[in-house]
Amino acid sequence: MSETLNTPRVEAARIAVNAGLVLFFGLYAVIVLIQPNYLEPGLFMNFLRRAAPLVILASGQIYVILTGGFDLSVGAVVTFTVTAAALLINGDPGATWSVIALLYLMGAAIGLFNGLVVAYLKVPSIIATLGTMLWLNGLALAWSGGAARGDLPENFRDLGRFQWRDVPLIGTLPMAALVLVVVCALLWWGLHGMGYGKRALAVGDNPRAAELAGIPVARTRITAFVISSLAAVTAGILLGGFSGVSVNAGSGLELQSIAACVIGGAMLLGGRGTIWCAIWGALSLFALFTLLNLMGLPQALRDSIQGLILILAVGLTAWRTRRRS
Amino acid sequence: MKMGKIRPQFSVAAVLLLISLVIFVVTAVATGEMAQFSLQGITGLLQRMVALGLVAVGQTFVILVASIDLSVAAVISGTAVLASWMMGGDPAMIVPAVLLCLGFALAVGLVNGALVAFGGINPLIATLGTGLILQGVLSAGYGLLGGSVAPAFQHLAYGSLFGIPWSVLALFGLGLAMAFVLNRTVLGARIFAVGGNPEGARLAGIRTGWVILTAHVICSLFAGLAGLYLAARVQAGTPWLGRDGIYDLESIAVTVIGGTLLAGGKGGIAGTLAGVFLFASLDASFNMLGIDAFLKQVLRGFIIIVAVAVHAIRGRGHVA
Repeated sequence: MSETLNTPRVEAARIAVNAGLVLFFGLYAVIVLIQPNYLEPGLFMNFLRRAAPLVILASGQIYVILTGGFDLSVGAVVTFTVTAAALLINGDPGATWSVIALLYLMGAAIGLFNGLVVAYLKVPSIIATLGTMLWLNGLALAWSGGAARGDLPENFRDLGRFQWRDVPLIGTLPMAALVLVVVCALLWWGLHGMGYGKRALAVGDNPRAAELAGIPVARTRITAFVISSLAAVTAGILLGGFSGVSVNAGSGLELQSIAACVIGGAMLLGGRGTIWCAIWGALSLFALFTLLNLMGLPQALRDSIQGLILILAVGLTAWRTRRRS
Repeated sequence: MKMGKIRPQFSVAAVLLLISLVIFVVTAVATGEMAQFSLQGITGLLQRMVALGLVAVGQTFVILVASIDLSVAAVISGTAVLASWMMGGDPAMIVPAVLLCLGFALAVGLVNGALVAFGGINPLIATLGTGLILQGVLSAGYGLLGGSVAPAFQHLAYGSLFGIPWSVLALFGLGLAMAFVLNRTVLGARIFAVGGNPEGARLAGIRTGWVILTAHVICSLFAGLAGLYLAARVQAGTPWLGRDGIYDLESIAVTVIGGTLLAGGKGGIAGTLAGVFLFASLDASFNMLGIDAFLKQVLRGFIIIVAVAVHAIRGRGHVA
């Protein structure tokens, strides 16, 4: 499962951006053909609001993917966040902010656990985070008794659902879209604004070489898992806001977030990718879901088309890479 | 060279087996469930291994060539649904239905193998994709594919020979056969070579693509067998049979617990089956202790991590 990288990194990154970007605009154009009012800023903002959790998840996941790993636990973190928030706040608006702080602490702890297990116990991340996915889901179920319990107050749910009206130029501005932009900017800065992104790429490409070059491999990996979990908590808070409490709030999101990064051109097992792979890939995936919804396809067939797009997108990238080298 | 390859993996299997037995015996004695040590109790324990065991034997092949198969859950559901639909309770249709199911599994294996070996697509994505495609078609078409297996076919799941269930005999028979293939045939040697050092294998004249393709076909066929077994057990297959059992991720987990490297080239069937035995004895012990389903899942998650950590921690290199 190892691949060599022949092309210079800068060029590779540029091509990666193009794949997700082009796909997104292509898909969105088809959406507009079917439903022209998606061109209105209001509907676009609404699209962003609904896409926000997936985009945020993917932007966290890309950190782990760049270091050469996977985080299969993000779906469980979303579920746990929603369940824990509902049980802890239980309808009391005064408790919202302290509980949110607690949720982020829990997220950091989960990420730290994943990172330590991978970096020091040398458990492959796919197994480590699978284990975390199982215990965390089990914990959420045990805590809530297997059914959605508790209640989320208005001020918590507003984070996912509130919209400012009569905003100049765009009409409405959903809070979730704002959160999305802020989080993505932060994650962009974390990855590309500092040296972290280069270290992560080096670790993902060749951990031994990175270590010899003086990069703290373990710390780079652990940071990636913590950031991925924190992003998942954010996604969970938004999802809890507009979908309410459910014990399977996050199921399937782990694979969707990985798929999003890959569609955007990131290379699994590390060595290539930028935050834009995650953002454009996730937006493409969500545009695809929206499109399939508009076309009135049965829910079940959406899985099939998602699978098909996944294979085609990655196959195309593989084919282009091979042709160039 | 060959001994060096087999011996460490054998010890992982032996240790796992021993730990599992200790867990099982101690729990049975502590809870006073002496009936667990009767022939019926033991075969019951072994029968817990069958479905996951079949999938995991196949998964071991793909992981050995440094690939992975996430589509097994969908293949299980697919064969179970196809078998129930085609048989429709008619014993005369057993043979055609089994052939159809195996043909279906073979086709999926060929597609997976071709995408990975010749399409250059990352195996996680390729098999996630084919799994999603199958899952969607199955869920959408399930309304048209109702039916249940023939009563005679259920004999496969519930019948036994000298008190030992057919299904258990089949699992161990096939396990032995596959261990033979891996350790005593040219194909086996090529599988280890391709997984251990693909470039070296290619330079040695091995057509690596075909070896990877073969491993995927074997994996899908075993998933198909697991689907047939589950169909016999539950009478009527549903499109969620495989997904609800988390057979995809659990088969990967037990394979790795059994000492097979995710990077390929090292491992074997004995370790994998020992990993499955660990899961089965834990399951049985949790039941004896009356641990509720949610806590069981929590423990399972930690055990997977610990079981892999125990032997992964000795590795000097980096893992991701």
